[in-house]
Amino acid sequence: MFDFYFNLPLIVRLVVQAGAVILVLFPIAAACSMAERKISAWIQGRPGPNRTVPPFLAWVPVFVPFLQRLGVFQLAADGGKFVFKQDPVPGHVNKVYFILAPIIAMIPALSTIVVVPFGAYVDSAGKLVPIVLANLDIGLLAVFAVSSLGVYSVILAGWASNSKYSFLGGVRASAQLVSYELAMTLSVLPVFLWVNAPGGQGTLSLFDVVQLQSGVGLHWNSVWFIGYFPVSAFIFLVALFAETNRAPFDMPESESELVGGFHTEYGAFKWSLFFVAEYCHMVVGSGVFILLFLGGWNPLPGLPLTALVDLLHGVIPFATHPLFMGLLGIGIFIGKVILSIFFFMWVRWTLPRFRYDQVMDLGWTKLLPLSIANLVIYTLGIAGLALLQK
Amino acid sequence: MATEYAFPDSAAKAASASQEFQTEKMSLAMGPSHPSTHGVLRLSLELDGEIVTSCDPVLGYLHRGDEKIAENMTYNQFVPYTDRLDYLAPLANNVAYAIAVEKLAKLEVPARCQAIRVICSELARISAHLLGLGAYGIDIGAWTVFLYSFEEREKLYKLFEELTGARFTTSYTRIGGVSRDVPEGWLGRVDAFCEQFLPILEETLALLTRNKIFQDRTAGVGIISKEDAIAYGLTGPNARGSGITVDLRKDKPYSGYEQYEFDVPVGAKGDCYDRYLCRGEEMRQSVRIVRQAIKKFPSGAWYAEDAKKIFAPQKAKVLSSMEELINNFMIVTEGPQMPAGEVYFEAEVPKGLLGFFIVSKGGGVPYRMKIRSPSFCNLSILPKVCKGNLVSDVVSILGSLDFVMGECDR
Repeated sequence: MFDFYFNLPLIVRLVVQAGAVILVLFPIAAACSMAERKISAWIQGRPGPNRTVPPFLAWVPVFVPFLQRLGVFQLAADGGKFVFKQDPVPGHVNKVYFILAPIIAMIPALSTIVVVPFGAYVDSAGKLVPIVLANLDIGLLAVFAVSSLGVYSVILAGWASNSKYSFLGGVRASAQLVSYELAMTLSVLPVFLWVNAPGGQGTLSLFDVVQLQSGVGLHWNSVWFIGYFPVSAFIFLVALFAETNRAPFDMPESESELVGGFHTEYGAFKWSLFFVAEYCHMVVGSGVFILLFLGGWNPLPGLPLTALVDLLHGVIPFATHPLFMGLLGIGIFIGKVILSIFFFMWVRWTLPRFRYDQVMDLGWTKLLPLSIANLVIYTLGIAGLALLQK
Repeated sequence: MATEYAFPDSAAKAASASQEFQTEKMSLAMGPSHPSTHGVLRLSLELDGEIVTSCDPVLGYLHRGDEKIAENMTYNQFVPYTDRLDYLAPLANNVAYAIAVEKLAKLEVPARCQAIRVICSELARISAHLLGLGAYGIDIGAWTVFLYSFEEREKLYKLFEELTGARFTTSYTRIGGVSRDVPEGWLGRVDAFCEQFLPILEETLALLTRNKIFQDRTAGVGIISKEDAIAYGLTGPNARGSGITVDLRKDKPYSGYEQYEFDVPVGAKGDCYDRYLCRGEEMRQSVRIVRQAIKKFPSGAWYAEDAKKIFAPQKAKVLSSMEELINNFMIVTEGPQMPAGEVYFEAEVPKGLLGFFIVSKGGGVPYRMKIRSPSFCNLSILPKVCKGNLVSDVVSILGSLDFVMGECDR
């Protein structure tokens, strides 16, 4: 019944898919801000936002009070506020770059999702097809290349604001983001050495990485890569915190020192763009982490999505339908992303903040050597394995 | 110009020495409205990159002229102004002020009143240190500590409200006593608070004390040597963090502090971490004192009954007896009658030594009053201790000095 969709021209399909992805990603990022407030409240033993309710809905019994206590309407009110409040541009800023910076923040945040697969289904030919906007062979490289553009928005915002606090924030951000990109990229190289081991297919696609974590039962490929590459996973995670400017690495913002850092001078919608971009980075970053190290859309190690669907087929007749399988995969994937975002928030509300020089020290003298050593060891190991197999 | 500050590494040192890399210095106004200057302190920083080359505190944004105000009102009328000195521990200020004026009148309050004042002071100390701890957590980036400590402060405020009628500006003491006796069952509730407070305190401190990031941020940062601490007149936990065993509750006991057993924690290195540890330990010791005070809480009068011209009579008597009515009228209109003379008294409040120097020419109004505020003296070391540190360190040093601008600017 969805066949007509596949008869549409490719360009129309891509636009529709891209629109759908943004329509999903944007609310998830926005909902993260809600989750942040609610989770921080739970960690700190307070109720969190639980009062806002639109008057015309207040009469609905059980359901609306539940949403109210969850703070869902607060989210809507906040979002509405950002759109409608006055959006001032201070007189002392460089207007062009000042307005450009939040836009540049959003572009890489939203566009990295293009190469991130978030599910898979078996098509009529019996072939496993990833659900992804563009299944590029350069996959992860594209993620790194595009997301590293995000640093420009922070630097630009810091410079254009023409304020000393913003300036310090921008300088910190440029140094920090660039330093951690190194460790992050080096940390995933062992994974791709393994994927492209001698005899492998030669790809950087994230879909292929997940395929190698989709073994059924007791099998070499049943282990999620966090088991094979624990050090890589650790370095990637730490660098991810730094790359997304999350506490304990929120140097560029550091509320108590730089009073918001690069976004000190921003307000209203422009500020909210930075805010949402940060969460988008978090969502995409955790997505990549899950694809690389936590089995992507596979529910359990040794039980990939295809096996689960076959199991479910006995109970639910339409389980093998591509639509069901695709939605199930996306659901599992988003569930994992949400867990990972919870982890991000948990850390933020527990740990103090590093000092700027300590962050640089950690990046250059701890993580970078560690990731190089990790790379060398895995290179030797994989080469040794290949020799043995010969 | 010779650089006097320390560079973090040799490369930066070499870059600074060579002529090619001479960079401009940047001045940065930190405050008066900055989240980490705890009120309205302004620091005029001069930065070389992120290194502070000079730090010039600018005070006076909260100056209200309390000392001059004191010359225009009776002794009892000034009690509410003491609330607003260190507004995080109003009870301790009330007590210090009352004892200072009583010293002028050579008046000894009964044991029960002294015990009430001790409990008040120590609860105020816990409340102030809790805020200091929580605010320090925010400065370092650990928000949760702040909310944990505020939950406990909320419980303390409930107790204060029950005792004094106000949560924040307590104005509890009067010259020669307190405004009212402890309510029925209040001591039991204080004891219950102490009982549940200790485990929560341990839990809260556990978020920071052994935390590697917190240690990195505070240990070895903002070291104040013993000599400096004495030279700059540091008092309270800041002096004790530098290893000086100065605590007026032990050294010059007042209000019956000599009856209680407690330890005075001192630091070894004098860095931010030591000052933090001292505050944590002082809270435990305060709980100890409160519990002892509750255990041997004396019976008897809760105000100086014989000081007829100083402490206003009870309301029931005012309404029924002529002499008491006149007495009440005189104390309310002309103030507690003090002899002529000069007196200086200082007490150990949460921030350090709070001193009152009072010159009296007799009557109910002081001729001159000078307030020695601990925060003011503690802040005097900022230019010395901030120099050569990073901007982030300034924040952790400020937090560790735990000052209150209301008291500093008076």
